[in-house]
Amino acid sequence: MTSMQYAERFRSRWPFNTIVARTGVALGLIAFVATLPPFKARSPWVPVFIGLLAIAAGIWVLSRGQRRPGWTAIGFGLVGIALGILATRASLGNLDQVVVWSALLSATLIWATPLTYAAVGGMICERSGVVNIGLEGMMLAGAFFAALGADKFGSWELGLVTAAVAGAAFALVHAFMAIHLRADQIVSGTAINFLALGVTGYFFIDIYGENGTPGDLPRIPDVKINFLGSVFGHLNLMIWLSFVLLVVAQVGLFRTPIGLRLRSVGEHPRAADTVGISVYGIRYAAVVVSGVLAALGGAYLSIGYLGSFTENMTAGRGFIALAAVIFGNWRPFGAFAAALLFGGSTALSFRLAQPWGSASVLFQALPYVLTLIAVAGVIGRSVPPASAGRPYVKQ
Amino acid sequence: LSEPENRAPVETSLEADPESYAPSVAKRLAFYQRAGGIVTPFLTAVFAFLMGGVVVAATGHNPLRVYKAIFEGAGLNWFFHFGNYSISLPFSSAHVWFWWDTNTNHTAAYNLTQTLITTTPLILTGLAVAFAFRCGLFNIGGQGQYIVGAITGVYIGSRFTGMNHFTHVLFAIVLASLAGALWGAIAGFLKATVGAHEVITTIMLNWVAYWGGSYLFGRGGPLQNHTDKSIPISDDIVAKAKLPAIWGNPQLQALHSGIFIALGALIAFYIILNRTTLGYEVRAVGFNPEAARYGGISVARNFIIAMAISGLFAGLAGVLDILGWQFRLGVLDVQVSNIGFIGIAVALLGRNTAVGVGLAALLFGALLTGTSTRSLDPDIFQPQLAGNLALMIQALILLFVGADLLILYIWQARRKVRIPGLGRTTQETA
Repeated sequence: MTSMQYAERFRSRWPFNTIVARTGVALGLIAFVATLPPFKARSPWVPVFIGLLAIAAGIWVLSRGQRRPGWTAIGFGLVGIALGILATRASLGNLDQVVVWSALLSATLIWATPLTYAAVGGMICERSGVVNIGLEGMMLAGAFFAALGADKFGSWELGLVTAAVAGAAFALVHAFMAIHLRADQIVSGTAINFLALGVTGYFFIDIYGENGTPGDLPRIPDVKINFLGSVFGHLNLMIWLSFVLLVVAQVGLFRTPIGLRLRSVGEHPRAADTVGISVYGIRYAAVVVSGVLAALGGAYLSIGYLGSFTENMTAGRGFIALAAVIFGNWRPFGAFAAALLFGGSTALSFRLAQPWGSASVLFQALPYVLTLIAVAGVIGRSVPPASAGRPYVKQ
Repeated sequence: LSEPENRAPVETSLEADPESYAPSVAKRLAFYQRAGGIVTPFLTAVFAFLMGGVVVAATGHNPLRVYKAIFEGAGLNWFFHFGNYSISLPFSSAHVWFWWDTNTNHTAAYNLTQTLITTTPLILTGLAVAFAFRCGLFNIGGQGQYIVGAITGVYIGSRFTGMNHFTHVLFAIVLASLAGALWGAIAGFLKATVGAHEVITTIMLNWVAYWGGSYLFGRGGPLQNHTDKSIPISDDIVAKAKLPAIWGNPQLQALHSGIFIALGALIAFYIILNRTTLGYEVRAVGFNPEAARYGGISVARNFIIAMAISGLFAGLAGVLDILGWQFRLGVLDVQVSNIGFIGIAVALLGRNTAVGVGLAALLFGALLTGTSTRSLDPDIFQPQLAGNLALMIQALILLFVGADLLILYIWQARRKVRIPGLGRTTQETA
């Protein structure tokens, strides 16, 4: 390939508008980061100036007719200015206490990982045309049965297997309801959530009672890679596996025949059926895979991170994962970016609890507000697969 | 996510296949659902309770004794104690003879008041789901609308101390309902303008309300208790903002007059849907938005109005709980409450009709009260287990209600009729 061709490929993949928009996003981030340690700009004009540059970039892209990247850059600029001013007005002591980059980064990864698993699962499920509101329940089932399996079989590997089986079982119920019985998928998903809440709570109390899960539960180990430093050197195995999962999902969805079939079933099941693809088979497989993945996300919470199970311990993370699917525009790396953003807001919320008090929980609401804005179409619509939620009737 | 016109794939598919006995089966099903409207939900509930009983038996408890304990915990055994009792009429020395002992010092009567207290918000959150459903919208957001109503109620109830009793209660109820309506209308507005699916938006709004409440009443939050800064709970509402008690000792949580408002809401729901132009339009949009649009009905307007009325019902549920028996709201209340979610099961079990919602709310009210720590006899069954059993039963009811095709399937097996898309074809042997 000649250099001309490389340049051509680069231009087609990275049009000038996109570069400007991404620069705007980066400037928005810089506006905020410049006020944090180790830079600690104290004048509020620093974030305002950099943020205005980001907004200018956004407006320029917007004027070229590209709404989504334009508004994204403007949004990042505005948020960067707001957070930057907030940071310049905070005391230096508080800043140093809250913003410990290594701690923030590892906390972000820890909170993003369960979301990543569930979100990739939910994305696969919706790509096949079945809406999965039951992610929360499948996650919770995974969390409990991982703890149960790890405890009873005495190994975390079998704990993961138990979790996967439990997630698959709940997913099968949803799949049967949604695909064969053509029940309303929202009703069925809501039922799964309640069922998981009831089943895990019931057996948790029945088996463990008031003492809770034993303190010596086998845990999913951390992977120690010393030369990667303090953050990436001690990541949990499940975090590394989530990176692998992302690549597999991305390649599988967009570069393999199975992925093509999956997407075609979600977009136009009749056409897929006509060319001989088993719509029901693909949908069953996709729902079960989503259940397994959501359960693995839950398993990470119980036997990976916390080392114990408590009733309703997922506390809405399945719904954040659902938000991540939408916010990430039904793409694996989009969902991952959303999971990082949402995991980051959770991490920040916990670190801000000391100086801010109850106002810190507003960061927990951030994923939901952002998703509302995303579906409201302010920054360009996020478009679900065409047949998501529609039962298919074989002819 | 689907557009609402795809809610009824069964009928359309039946008509699409010329070989099936489409019209007759569809007609029979319609008849079955209308005439047997009570039978199907009843069977659904019985089946769910049976499966719950299997779980109880499998974990080594006696399901009959457990259900009996829950029944008594709900105070429903009160109805079986006949006698000659009397109720004194207010503002007079007159008495009315009554068959049952209304004295709430007795456990059964007391438990029954608790069941009715829980039934009150369940009726309203059930209506919140049912009304939107009639417009073809699935309102998952009853919980958020309930919380927003409760927050507004506790704010107004604990402020504005100079008002007299009636105006204060009315003021709180009206504003809280409007707040709930606004919360619901956001989802309706997004649906009407940009087509954002109401399930997604209402889920997100639920969690925004959840964390919003956690912020407002949390430590250092703007609505946290003014006297004790160590507890994440709001101020108590003033005495003049409380709903009057109608049955029982107000010191021990009496049944409040909010239940009349809930019953009134049931009647209002029926009248609005069946006797007004608004209800006609809402139902028309629910049946078929395209046809409604063709008939000159503004679909967008009806989406917003239906969601607003739904939110109004749920907000009303929130404020009645506050003014009736809670009197304050804490972070824990906001986070643990799931009255709004149970409203989904209430509405679906009640088939989205006024009478059905009322009965289903009573069933779930009894189930929740009967399994609560306060009412259930811990010697027979652990209340913590029972609470989870209630969740399971509720989930099973949702599952079975969601599967109308399961009914069709059984119907098919009985009548030996072929239904396309159901796989098996039974022979015409009968």
